[in-house]
Amino acid sequence: MFAPIYRLYVLFVALFGVLVFATSWWTVFGAESLRENTANRRPLLEQARIKRGLIKAADGTVLARSVQRADDTWTRRYPQGTLLSHAVGYSFLRYGQAGLERSRNEALTGERDEITSVFDQLTGERKVGDDVITTLDPDAQRTAIDALGGQKGSVVALDPDSGAVRVMASYPQFDPNDIPRTLGRLNRDPDSPLLNRATQGRYAPGSTFKVVTAAAALDTGRFKPDSVVDGSSPKEISGVPLFNSGGASFGSITLTEALTQSVNTVWAQVGETLGKRTMARYMQRFGFYNRPPLDYPAGQRFASGEFFEGELLSPTSDRIDVGRMAIGQDKLQVTPLQMAMVAAAVAGDGTIARPHLTDRVVDPDGRVRDDIGRTTFSRVMKRDTAATLREMMSNVVREGTGTAAALSGIQVAGKTGTAERGDGTNQVWFIGLAPVEDPQVAIAVTVERTDGQGGTVAAPIAKQVLEKLIGNQ
Amino acid sequence: MSERNRELFGLLPSALLLTAGFTAIFVQQSEQLSDLSLTYGAIFLGLCLAAHLFLRVALPHADPYLFPLVAVLASFGLVMIYRIDQELAREQAQWFVVGLILFCATIVFLRDYRRLERYRYTIAIVSIGLLMLPRFPVVGGLVNGAYLSISIGPITFQPAEFAKIGIVVFLASYLRDTRQVLVLGARRFLGLTIPPLKHFGPLLVVWGAAMMMLIVIKDLGSSLMFFGAFLALLYVATNRASFVVVGMAMFSVGAWLFGSQIEHVKDRVTIWRDPFEPTLVDEEGYQIAQSLFAQADGGVLGQGFGQALLHIPGGGTLLPAPHTDLIYAVITDELGLVGACGVLLVYLLIVERGFRIAMLARDSFSTLLAAGLTAVFALQVFVIVGGVTKVIPLTGVTLPFVSYGGSSIVANFVLLALLLLVSDRARTPD
Repeated sequence: MFAPIYRLYVLFVALFGVLVFATSWWTVFGAESLRENTANRRPLLEQARIKRGLIKAADGTVLARSVQRADDTWTRRYPQGTLLSHAVGYSFLRYGQAGLERSRNEALTGERDEITSVFDQLTGERKVGDDVITTLDPDAQRTAIDALGGQKGSVVALDPDSGAVRVMASYPQFDPNDIPRTLGRLNRDPDSPLLNRATQGRYAPGSTFKVVTAAAALDTGRFKPDSVVDGSSPKEISGVPLFNSGGASFGSITLTEALTQSVNTVWAQVGETLGKRTMARYMQRFGFYNRPPLDYPAGQRFASGEFFEGELLSPTSDRIDVGRMAIGQDKLQVTPLQMAMVAAAVAGDGTIARPHLTDRVVDPDGRVRDDIGRTTFSRVMKRDTAATLREMMSNVVREGTGTAAALSGIQVAGKTGTAERGDGTNQVWFIGLAPVEDPQVAIAVTVERTDGQGGTVAAPIAKQVLEKLIGNQ
Repeated sequence: MSERNRELFGLLPSALLLTAGFTAIFVQQSEQLSDLSLTYGAIFLGLCLAAHLFLRVALPHADPYLFPLVAVLASFGLVMIYRIDQELAREQAQWFVVGLILFCATIVFLRDYRRLERYRYTIAIVSIGLLMLPRFPVVGGLVNGAYLSISIGPITFQPAEFAKIGIVVFLASYLRDTRQVLVLGARRFLGLTIPPLKHFGPLLVVWGAAMMMLIVIKDLGSSLMFFGAFLALLYVATNRASFVVVGMAMFSVGAWLFGSQIEHVKDRVTIWRDPFEPTLVDEEGYQIAQSLFAQADGGVLGQGFGQALLHIPGGGTLLPAPHTDLIYAVITDELGLVGACGVLLVYLLIVERGFRIAMLARDSFSTLLAAGLTAVFALQVFVIVGGVTKVIPLTGVTLPFVSYGGSSIVANFVLLALLLLVSDRARTPD
């Protein structure tokens, strides 16, 4: 009876082999799809068991922390309430995540590479997330929110050298602590408080876009600051007469003068001279037509550019009226972050440092896990072009439309913008940088639906934030 | 080195496993610091040593590896259960004591186990009676749609655990008598070897018993285990694969015919086919779905001892029956593929030792008894692990020596005692 017993043993070895195969299937090869199964609550429950790391401002102010609940899970508290609601976002088991809480989820939950997590597994370490130290300045943020004074709008301030986002204000705000109770209501609110206007608000840029046109004009060498163009009004652009603001005629003036007085007809002619392709090339270098780079959820970052029926056009589309686009009209829609990047290119000697909200990631033992630092996003224009442009933009603040942004003792350069909306109100802008000789801040300010002008509404807001940021250094 | 000294050294892995396992839990749950866990480990090791000393005296020539392998499983099971529920671990430890007492008693009183042959029909009837018990009112009852346990006062008891031993004893004895006739009297018909009709009867009775289990107990897993053990024995006794093929065909047809009539069995199969179907996943399919989700968390190396998520924070069970039916899923979750394969390997080694004992035995009854006991043991592991890993429909049998459960522990210790008795007789020098 040896042979049948032996064969029986072989059969059992084979049966156990099936069990090993099945176990490896569920634990390794098929594990991914099991974890993604919507009926599987384990991934969510595991997240709730992790003590997420802190989110801190640049000065150490705690923006988000974890508190333990009676049932051994953790939940989030936001000690600063509404102040940095859009940048920080929120994270709740049942209501999802937004903002940095979402984009830095891996760091905040302490997700590690395979080797370290194997070690943690063997030691049975309880999971604690890493802390995220942001570049945000709560004082300047407060100044920006106060300066907006209850008007819907946004302020974005960047450090042009490093790309650090120092202010990211969007009004109206929400209180992330209340998300579990108010999420549904906030979603239905016609004022869209959940929308981060800094990265998701798309507005007509008005004359601030002339900075982009000027950069292309000077950098290609086709124009000089003292090139003379006919600034009379109206001027036929793409077969339709274009008027200057208030119908003023300027005669033949230099580009510097045309920027200072924001002369539409001059810049529209410059745009037509440069042509669609050149404009497209420079716009793309500034970051238009792509989601701006930022350590922020992709779904909360919108691209800027020419839009038609809600769709982003190709940069050289036939639908583009390049003359009107060159003065920020036509179908242009831009985010405040994109316009802050335009200012940052001028401030940063022609290059844009990749914008980032996170300064560094620090583990619970205080070791720096990830130091973001400066990386170059794009080389837009020559160093000289940027210097010339700064000089021209200084004139705007010194004697042109942007005098309200002037600071005593610090030279500010900038450009105002006022785009008329269909309903008779204006979308007003100011983009700028300071100090001109060694720029430390690049800023973009916009306010929705106001009766005022960029120079009277947006420039004073920029002034207050610049003062705070430069004073704080 | 003598057999018993090898056995003593073989206990070292269990000692290490116990120390490491309990220390891990001890360190991890240090907030509720109690050195009780270490005491458990010490007591368990003491019990193993005592059993070893007993074997030294009572069965000096028995296989030296079986007991240490079982001790590894048992200590591993104890650590797992301790991690799931400390109170259950205490009860399990008590059942170990009872199991070891019955283990020793079996060895003392059944020294000449061949006496069992004389009572084979009594044993068969008692075993079948045991299997039917859960259907009787007062003591029995429906649990999870199947009749698998009886309750007498506070004690719940799974009669199938004992019945499996009785039925193997009966089959071994019956087939010893008839194996020659079954082979010699067989005729070839349409390319198949058919046993003589006269002896076909008792085989039909076994088939009928398996079908009855399906109908009466409503449990596909147990009937698969019993009928599988029967086919294994029939094959060993006759060396005719055709008998097995015929038997399997009969079982499949029967299972399909009767199974499709019984709601519970039918449901189990539907669940098995797609447990993630939205109408099932939070209802009948919950158990198997959660079992697979738990295993997916384990990965290659597992999450670590005590890390598996068994309860929903704030109350509620996430993984049902983690200490009995789904203990393999908890092992996979915490120790990963590697740990689970380790456990399967220990079972396979036990099966190897069991079959080796069968081959060494000097008379047919001993061979058939050892082979049958080993086969039913291996099938039980296959049925529950296969159920938990969705190879076959999930049914409620225990993982021998690892799952929580008094009857399982005690019955499997009796099974072990019988194997060691056969082994000792076979290896005793003349």
